[in-house]
Amino acid sequence: MSESVETLVNREYKWGFVTDIEADTLPPGLNEDVIRAISAKKQEPAFLLEWRLKAYRGWLKMTEPHWPNVQYPSIDYQKIVYYSAPRTQKPLGSLDEVDPKIRETYDKLGIPLTEQKILSGVAVDAVFDSVSVGTTYKKHLAEMGIIFCSFSEAVREHPELVQKYLGTVVPGSDNFFAALNSAVFSDGSFVYVPKGVRCPMDLSTYFRINAQNTGQFERTLIIADEGASVSYLEGCTAPRRDENQLHAAVVELVALEGATIKYSTVQNWYAGDEDGKGGIYNFVTKRGKCAGPRAKISWTQVETGSAITWKYPSVILQGDDSVGEFYSVAVVNGRQQADTGTKMVHLGRNTRSTIVSKGISAGAGQNSYRGLVKVMPRADGARNYTQCDSMLIGNRCGAHTFPYIDVQNRTAAVEHEASTSKIGEDQIFYLKQRGLNTENAISMIVNGFCKEVFRELPMEFAVEAQKLLGISLEGSVG
Amino acid sequence: MIDRYVRQYEALAANGGGRAPDWLKSLRRAAIDGFRETGFPSGRDEEWRFTSVAPIVRTDFGPAAGGGAVVAADLQPFLFGHDEWPRMVFVDGRYRADLSSPAAAAGLQVSTLAEALAADPKGLETEFGRHVVPDATPFTALNTALAPDGVVIRAARGTVFAQPIHLLFVASREAEGAAFHPRVLVLVEREARIQLVESYVSLGDRARYLTNTVCEIAMGEGSWVEHSRIQRESEGGYHIGFTQVSQARDSHYRSFSLAMGGAIVRHNLHTRLNAPNTEALLYGLYLGRGDQLIDNHTTIFHDQPNCRSWEVYKGILDDRSHGVFNGKIFVKPEAQKTDAKQTNRALLLSDAAKIDTKPQLEIFADDVKCTHGATVGNLDLLSGFYLRSRGIPDAVARRVLTYAFAAEVLDEISAVPVRSALDRLVRDRLGVGS
Repeated sequence: MSESVETLVNREYKWGFVTDIEADTLPPGLNEDVIRAISAKKQEPAFLLEWRLKAYRGWLKMTEPHWPNVQYPSIDYQKIVYYSAPRTQKPLGSLDEVDPKIRETYDKLGIPLTEQKILSGVAVDAVFDSVSVGTTYKKHLAEMGIIFCSFSEAVREHPELVQKYLGTVVPGSDNFFAALNSAVFSDGSFVYVPKGVRCPMDLSTYFRINAQNTGQFERTLIIADEGASVSYLEGCTAPRRDENQLHAAVVELVALEGATIKYSTVQNWYAGDEDGKGGIYNFVTKRGKCAGPRAKISWTQVETGSAITWKYPSVILQGDDSVGEFYSVAVVNGRQQADTGTKMVHLGRNTRSTIVSKGISAGAGQNSYRGLVKVMPRADGARNYTQCDSMLIGNRCGAHTFPYIDVQNRTAAVEHEASTSKIGEDQIFYLKQRGLNTENAISMIVNGFCKEVFRELPMEFAVEAQKLLGISLEGSVG
Repeated sequence: MIDRYVRQYEALAANGGGRAPDWLKSLRRAAIDGFRETGFPSGRDEEWRFTSVAPIVRTDFGPAAGGGAVVAADLQPFLFGHDEWPRMVFVDGRYRADLSSPAAAAGLQVSTLAEALAADPKGLETEFGRHVVPDATPFTALNTALAPDGVVIRAARGTVFAQPIHLLFVASREAEGAAFHPRVLVLVEREARIQLVESYVSLGDRARYLTNTVCEIAMGEGSWVEHSRIQRESEGGYHIGFTQVSQARDSHYRSFSLAMGGAIVRHNLHTRLNAPNTEALLYGLYLGRGDQLIDNHTTIFHDQPNCRSWEVYKGILDDRSHGVFNGKIFVKPEAQKTDAKQTNRALLLSDAAKIDTKPQLEIFADDVKCTHGATVGNLDLLSGFYLRSRGIPDAVARRVLTYAFAAEVLDEISAVPVRSALDRLVRDRLGVGS
């Protein structure tokens, strides 16, 4: 195979790369040595390196999927830098040691790393180009037995938990991008909530993409033990970039008996300019497993950014009486493309799932909802309700729905409803007649359209999401 | 496997095909070349993801034997009690003049493809194989290449024909192991109105054969077509069908499709709304039992503004049967003011029955009203309780509710004799007395 030839050719990189003090970065390209280097840099245990290599070998045999309804130039995986750490690498004693430059960027984005964090009551695990630089509120959470830390730290401090749960929901061989992530993931967040503990605050992490040409391969693992509950927020912003950046993250959620996990995302990465140049490729695998009876997993997402979004936060409803939810708002404008939706796999008895998806297309954007509701033969009394609505603004955009419904149990009740509409001129007229200008009228109508999803978001996110929606649709009407 | 069909094509080209005009010969050649390239669809093909045609591919189907033993009395159960309707009968893929009674009316021409070609070799060049994409599916390509004969219906401008025209495709008791590729071309000129009944029936009980049919319907401005397609193949047989409708301005197409026979069944119904103010109403009912696999694919192309489409498909699946539904609606950027509604509902009567349904909307225009809905479920418990509270036993109540579920679409057949005949058929199948 040509791959193994490449591996031989690339041997020289082994351990011998130049460590640039400014941005401790591996040279572009991917081979087993790069993976060994990442693993060694992070001082990982042997099982993890083996796991990475296994995923990598599987990945070599896979082909990039092209079934999503999106178009993009082909990606050269040998041109991507797979590891890049910020300058400060020593373990930090306090937040003051964080590079002021980095702190400044965070402040601009409004991340409450300083005093604000106390006021807002949000514990932040900020991920800045692959390595966590600051983790707050840890002590308070630790008292309750909650582990909230970077993935690397979890690997060092709690290898037994990582080994037990890593890859149990999204195996290393799951799909092309998940396999790539499994091989090269640099860092991410780890949450473990012990039995019967309710996490007292929303946990939050901000992913950002910074160094040029650095693919981000985050890995998040959240485990809610029996009867535990946790709400996790993920928000993203990225500075303007000209070159496409690949982001292939994996998020795994495990909810054991009676546990609840709520995962909320606001995604506003750089979407590219008007011609679609630049922008992030957001190819993400997110999946949760209701492993025990009465578990509940709820995904809420507001997707306004990225040139291409390709993600299907899913729930495997394995435990009896478990519940899966998916609430989504996806906005495309300019030349953005989104192919997003969810999978609800009903395995256990009396499992219930709800899907509410709102797609807004403007400019020359293409928005696809792709969903699967699968009821397996043993899922007696399974219930699903799906509603997926699209709104089109202008006639250069497109809305597509690809819902798959696969039912193998006669006691199941599955309902799917979809509609497509535009902003009614009568609605705008009514609001203008009440003194609103066109822009505000549209903003109000769009927010009304998305209300069912926004009300699932934690409060500060809901505010942010509404603002984002306004910004994303600016100039698309009139 | 592919070679077998290529050889059949070559045999046809060598003798009977020799009389075909040049344009048809090249159409057939292109089709077989296309088929040779693509081969049969596999599960990796999104369009065939839930429908495995492996048993069809594996079987060594020969050309039709002839089925000469069929007599007029054999057909009586399939005539809806209306012997007088104009009728074209094909037995095992061959036209049977002795069993047929083509229409003789001013402005209406009903003939076999061979006759139509003999009368006017050039006349069909712009129509035949021009509405359906010749290789829309590998089976369509196969039909185009191998169809030895078929039906051509032409309704001249302004012709209004009151009686349904019945196309009856019969698989005889000797059909086992044969493949038939009937072809239908319907040309309805401006402001003409016709009713078409297309039946596929079997005289054998569980004979295994393949019907691979293609039907093209070209509708002129302001024309009106009501099309009932009744598929009652043997439960051991395979039925693959492709219906392509192409609609001009102000035309109205109404279709009812009943599928209850066949071991593996696939029907594609595509309609293209080519001009403003056209309307398409598609109704369907499929009843599965045993190990039947019944797959309905419909596609509505909203290419122009101010068109309406309305679609309701219902399925009732018992035993280990498997239903597949895929309904696509494409709305082009210029097709403003489109009004499209699609509904698919399925009822699972047994633990082993299953359904894969995929309603798909692809919309590129903003000022449209498009909705789709799909439900899968069991009978309504409340209605069942109501009936039982009125003293109706549970088993009867279930049958009544199942029938009521089906009746909602059956009621949409506007030709009364067809409706009452199918109503009886469905009642028998579901065990509900009249």
